[in-house]
Amino acid sequence: MTVAVSILPEQQLAVLNEAYRRAVARKRLRLTLATAVFFAALVVASIGAEVNLRTFFTYFGNFVGYFDRIFTLENGARVWTDIGEWFWGCRKWLWMLGETILISYVGTLFGAILAFLLNFFAAENTSPAPWLRFVIRRVLEFARTVPGIVFALIFVIAFGLGPMAGVLAIAIHSTGALGKLFSEIVENADMKPVEGVRSTGASWVSCMRFAVLPQVAAGYASYALLRFEINVREASVMGFVGAGGIGQELVVAVRKFYYSDVSAILLLIVLTVFVIDIGTGWMRGRLFGKDARA
Amino acid sequence: MTQLPTPDSEALRARYPLVFNRPVSARLATPVMMFGAFGIFVFGLVDLDFSPARLIPPDPGSSLPAYLVALGETLSIALLGTTIAAVFALPVSLLAAKNIVPSNIFRFPVRRLLDSIRGVDTLIWALVWINVVGLGPFAGVLAIAVSDFGAFGKLFSEAIEAADKKQVEGIRASGGNALHEIRFGLMPQVLPVIAGQVLYFIESNTRSATIIGIVGAGGIGLQLAEQIRVLEWQKVSFLILMILVAVAAIDWISGKLRFAIIGRRAVA
Repeated sequence: MTVAVSILPEQQLAVLNEAYRRAVARKRLRLTLATAVFFAALVVASIGAEVNLRTFFTYFGNFVGYFDRIFTLENGARVWTDIGEWFWGCRKWLWMLGETILISYVGTLFGAILAFLLNFFAAENTSPAPWLRFVIRRVLEFARTVPGIVFALIFVIAFGLGPMAGVLAIAIHSTGALGKLFSEIVENADMKPVEGVRSTGASWVSCMRFAVLPQVAAGYASYALLRFEINVREASVMGFVGAGGIGQELVVAVRKFYYSDVSAILLLIVLTVFVIDIGTGWMRGRLFGKDARA
Repeated sequence: MTQLPTPDSEALRARYPLVFNRPVSARLATPVMMFGAFGIFVFGLVDLDFSPARLIPPDPGSSLPAYLVALGETLSIALLGTTIAAVFALPVSLLAAKNIVPSNIFRFPVRRLLDSIRGVDTLIWALVWINVVGLGPFAGVLAIAVSDFGAFGKLFSEAIEAADKKQVEGIRASGGNALHEIRFGLMPQVLPVIAGQVLYFIESNTRSATIIGIVGAGGIGLQLAEQIRVLEWQKVSFLILMILVAVAAIDWISGKLRFAIIGRRAVA
């Protein structure tokens, strides 16, 4: 069965075509302009960042060569031919890795507790007073915008070299990040239970404890686990500024050109991150169902 | 039911004078005590030479131009690094997406490669690149590019996997080959999502770019680390303020842009 498609008369068609062409042309123009602006920004940025393609291509061999060298032992053999020699400092490194994970764990826990205490004041629907909300939000913003390693630098000076500085830095950064996420969960919580508890004459604290907390606790735990995972990565570089963990060993190995050590430590870090990634992913899946993994 | 008589306020006032006309001393007691407590607190802070006074006022000294240049460098590093990462990650992410490469054997190594790149922190990449191209912001650009390459590869491939299959099938039904399917079936769906993610990363990379200077890869981090080490707290607080303002500005701009590209719904 064929149906003849009726074609509009020439004049009507011309008008419609014209309108279509104009709409497309406007869209194209906008796209071209946006692209031009973007490229201009890129050019400015590449001048600002001293991008030098000649250097890049001249030394790109170094990059490949670097990986070649970090996988070569001092006697010239490939690292995997002599695992014992490659991981000669395994005991010490594993100890440091353990310290890294502990820094991350303690820091995350501190951060989560602080964020937990603060987030009810930062959420739109539960905050007792607008000015308090404003203040707490700014504090959290500050804590998460200043990078953890900057806090670490400051704490290293305040408390001396060692993992304590790292823990505090991670705790502060996590407080900022988790406080925001927690308060967003609270903002999504159902307010009816709060009204119910409130109507019995309960105080603000009881409202939070009995009406809000049961709704949000699972979300809190999920985000805290995710944060732990991120913090392991962050704790692995805390040692760069002397704030404990495996980063110390790594930076020494890189700076002193102990090539095979670099690859060994990197491998250990990547493996640890993998394991923690998969572990926390699995745990969140088990605790809160599939959809909490995203 | 009997109705209670309306209380006669005059009579009540007369009967309980202490409740209605509390003496001035009793009324002032609480505020005075609070004020006193706060006053001692402030006195203590001043007398004990409490440190925040050393952070204030934030003062760049004579090095404001140098700091501005460093901040510009930081922003450049973030923008360039993210763009390079996105350009290289797009084709790779196709290889890591289940609906493009159904074979697990090919997908698995790509995914693991992306995972291991992501497992290494930006700072570590910066250290590696410093060995290759020398100290300076270019190393920072490359560090951000590499570490974001891993993150983008994963995010993009997830966006591609979430895309609607029907449009791809439509292209195939009308005789398009595999490249046509990707170009006309997938990309129109995926690009807005990707653009949103890239913008978000530019924003978050402004934060990471502030720190890679600590290992010598350019940007404001170098200045910050130096000033912290020599205990110039006024300069430190000025630099931190600069970073806060810059990040807030980028936040705002990229929020607007994301809104323009993908609409309100996806901004959150």
